[in-house]
Amino acid sequence: MKHRLQFTAKKLLRMALLLLGVSFASFLLMCASPLDPLQTNVGQTALGSMSREQVEKLEEYWGVDAPPAERYLGWLKDVLHGDFGVSLLYRQPVLEVIGQRLANSVWLLLAAWIISGVLGLALGAAAGAFRGRWPDRLIRGYCLLISSTPAFWLAILLLLVFSVWLGWLPVGLSVPAGVDAAAVTLADRLRHAVLPALTLSITGVANIALHTREKMADVMESDYVLFARARGESERSILLRHGLRNVALPAVTLQFASISEVIGGSVLVEQVFSYPGLGQAAVTAGLGSDLPLLLGITVITSAIVFGGNLAADLLYGAVDPKIRRRAAGR
Amino acid sequence: MIRDLSLKIRPGQITAVVGASGSGKSLLAHSILGILPYNSRMEGKILYDGELLTPKRAERLRGKEIALIPQGVTWLDPLMKVGAQLEKGRKDAGTKEKCRQALERYGLGADTEELYPFELSGGMARRVLIASAVTEKPRLIIADEPTPGLDARAAARILGHFRELAEEGAGVLFITHDLELALTVADRVAVFYAGETIEEADAEDFSDAGRLRHPFTRALWNAVPAHGFRPIPGAQPYPGTVSEGCPFAGQCGKCREECRRAEEIPLEPFEGGMVRCLYPERRTAG
Amino acid sequence: MRGEKQYSENRRQSTILFLIAAAVILAAVTVSGILLEERGMETDFSRTNLIPSVQYLFGTDWMGRDMLARTLAGLSLSIRIGLLTAVVSAGTALVLGTAAAVLGKKADAVISWCIDLVMGIPHILLVMLISIACGRGFAGVVAGVSLSHWPSLARVIRGEVLQLKSAPYILAAEKLGVSRFDIIRRHMAPHILPQFLTGMILLFPHAILHEASVTFLGFGLSSEQPAIGVILSESMRYLTTGKWWLALFPGLALVLTVILFAMLGERLRRLLDPASAHE
Repeated sequence: MKHRLQFTAKKLLRMALLLLGVSFASFLLMCASPLDPLQTNVGQTALGSMSREQVEKLEEYWGVDAPPAERYLGWLKDVLHGDFGVSLLYRQPVLEVIGQRLANSVWLLLAAWIISGVLGLALGAAAGAFRGRWPDRLIRGYCLLISSTPAFWLAILLLLVFSVWLGWLPVGLSVPAGVDAAAVTLADRLRHAVLPALTLSITGVANIALHTREKMADVMESDYVLFARARGESERSILLRHGLRNVALPAVTLQFASISEVIGGSVLVEQVFSYPGLGQAAVTAGLGSDLPLLLGITVITSAIVFGGNLAADLLYGAVDPKIRRRAAGR
Repeated sequence: MIRDLSLKIRPGQITAVVGASGSGKSLLAHSILGILPYNSRMEGKILYDGELLTPKRAERLRGKEIALIPQGVTWLDPLMKVGAQLEKGRKDAGTKEKCRQALERYGLGADTEELYPFELSGGMARRVLIASAVTEKPRLIIADEPTPGLDARAAARILGHFRELAEEGAGVLFITHDLELALTVADRVAVFYAGETIEEADAEDFSDAGRLRHPFTRALWNAVPAHGFRPIPGAQPYPGTVSEGCPFAGQCGKCREECRRAEEIPLEPFEGGMVRCLYPERRTAG
Repeated sequence: MRGEKQYSENRRQSTILFLIAAAVILAAVTVSGILLEERGMETDFSRTNLIPSVQYLFGTDWMGRDMLARTLAGLSLSIRIGLLTAVVSAGTALVLGTAAAVLGKKADAVISWCIDLVMGIPHILLVMLISIACGRGFAGVVAGVSLSHWPSLARVIRGEVLQLKSAPYILAAEKLGVSRFDIIRRHMAPHILPQFLTGMILLFPHAILHEASVTFLGFGLSSEQPAIGVILSESMRYLTTGKWWLALFPGLALVLTVILFAMLGERLRRLLDPASAHE
């Protein structure tokens, strides 16, 4: 147990260091940008509605007087106190904006993440079990096609088919336009989330399916599957009992480690569907030179990604009997 | 690829198949069980109980009447507990009881069922694999190199278990590369060379090189440490690469022109055994 | 045995044929795109919003521009940017991957940390950030895509070099007094080069897709240029009015181009490194 705790602590420390690195690198990139938030139009109007104190802080971070490292330390100090600054576009604290946007995105991301994981695992397992035969060819072809398709174009296609052509689903946003917030039902929200979630699920499948396929093909050629067969286990039982058992752990680990892809995809897909989530906020912030917000979003999404990696590491230890038994023995 | 293989396994007897690694021994085991990999093919016929053993029939019989005892612990699913593997997914009380008895028979307690394969010691793993064969009442047991890496005493104990099974009436096919080991337990010995049986004889015949019929068998005999440790010069051709003539021609000291040209050399009875040689060795007083 | 050899020989030939065909197609698209760039910008208000026909295969847009010419010009631009960024990215990966493996523990730790760092930011976000830092436009896209795509290949090369370094025959060569340079040139390069080349080609699809994505979002090429991202972004405004061809054909052409690159890389990998190919 002590071993596990040490392992976790080490990983957490590494994660914290990486987050520091991400924030510093992003900060530097923004400092290097020729776009000055205090000079752009958005900034100009925003400044008028800000308190004296807030404006001073902005100047302190983004102004040109102090060297970047000094400005970064000032920003970091505030962040450690829970203050990510104020968004220029939304004129609200950055954390509040991120909170609202994340609340919109989280179900979308989660649904896509789970669906693509399960579907990818199933397709990959099937392809590996039927290696070289038509289900395998079909699934591999699908993966090649999907991984060569830009997510935003797929989103446009689905929009064309289901919203414009068939008229089954709404064109965009997360709620019906012009309806009072109180009158929006859960069904409305679901209807608006279907297409974005579908797009993200479809694109997320390729990676995990291909990895699972390789793994499954190895398992099906392993000695223990041969032995199971020799002992009269049916192919079905072999696939379910031995095959899935042995490919599930790598697949789940991979899925945890690939959260960054779902988030990346959501940036594009939310833009196409005008879905007011975190990804769209990132694009808006970037286009409008809302650097405090963009920086906040970068740090928060990286934290989520690193959290996913950490979860993958911990999960491996919790599920793999070798590591689990060793830990219990101590 | 196994080219020409004839072999009889009788109930109550242990028949050993001896051959160098790469001579196609494991393929023999797998073809009886009907579990050859999809990229290999098999010709010829296997009779079981006097009836043709079709892939369908093999599928029905394997794990019940025909059991395999594999080489080692890698033949167990690394992520599944031993008990669950022996039970093959069946959860009824009868199956559980049978598995427990099988393990107990080889001195493994109920706690073994809760272990993962990586937690088994070498000897334990071997006994678990044997136990897996006797959860049912098999009539044919195929043991494929069941004792690699074991010292002589441990190997002898494992082979003792085979003798026991044979005495209960099962036929045992013992596949090994080790002639000496085979002779400690087998009733009959078949010698395998480049995918062919070249000699089949009673184990007693091996007490003396003079009673052996094929030049390769004699050479093999001479290669045993107790008999002089004389190595066989040259290398065995891969199974399936020799298309005509005697496969041993390249290494045989007594090879003649006909040996290289003969289209097919049959396995024929000779002085009480079977041999595949145009000019088999005559018995000499030893 | 002979049959197998024959088979692999056939396969080799068909692969090489495929490689040549794909290269020719891609080169043709690139060149025709450069030539058609002018035509793709030509506006003609006598032929606006034409549905695809024999004369205008991909139709025309609201300014009467020929979508086929625009698409080809966009693809050409994408391919050129893809090539440039993939080469820069792969070069970075080669240098950093080798450095991590050769320069000792500290350098390895630092570089591995950088790899984790870059991989920790969602790709598209990172490309956006870098592009903003460079003031968007052409420079922004190229910098963004090149600087965000090297980590995975760097990891592969680092692993490969580490493995080679401790390979018995390399150690033996060192003992025999073969010079460092000779070891690298004669023993290491032949192993690393195929990995590097296929890695580079397999970077193209990602590079092209990210270039299009970032341009689509508005952080890449300027809207005056006929880039695929720009075309698709503009088409968004006309989707609800049923101008499906503005989005369908340019996107489809992009997908086909990317698939061609992906297949090219995959075939090349099998050709150069048959052991790794799982069929």
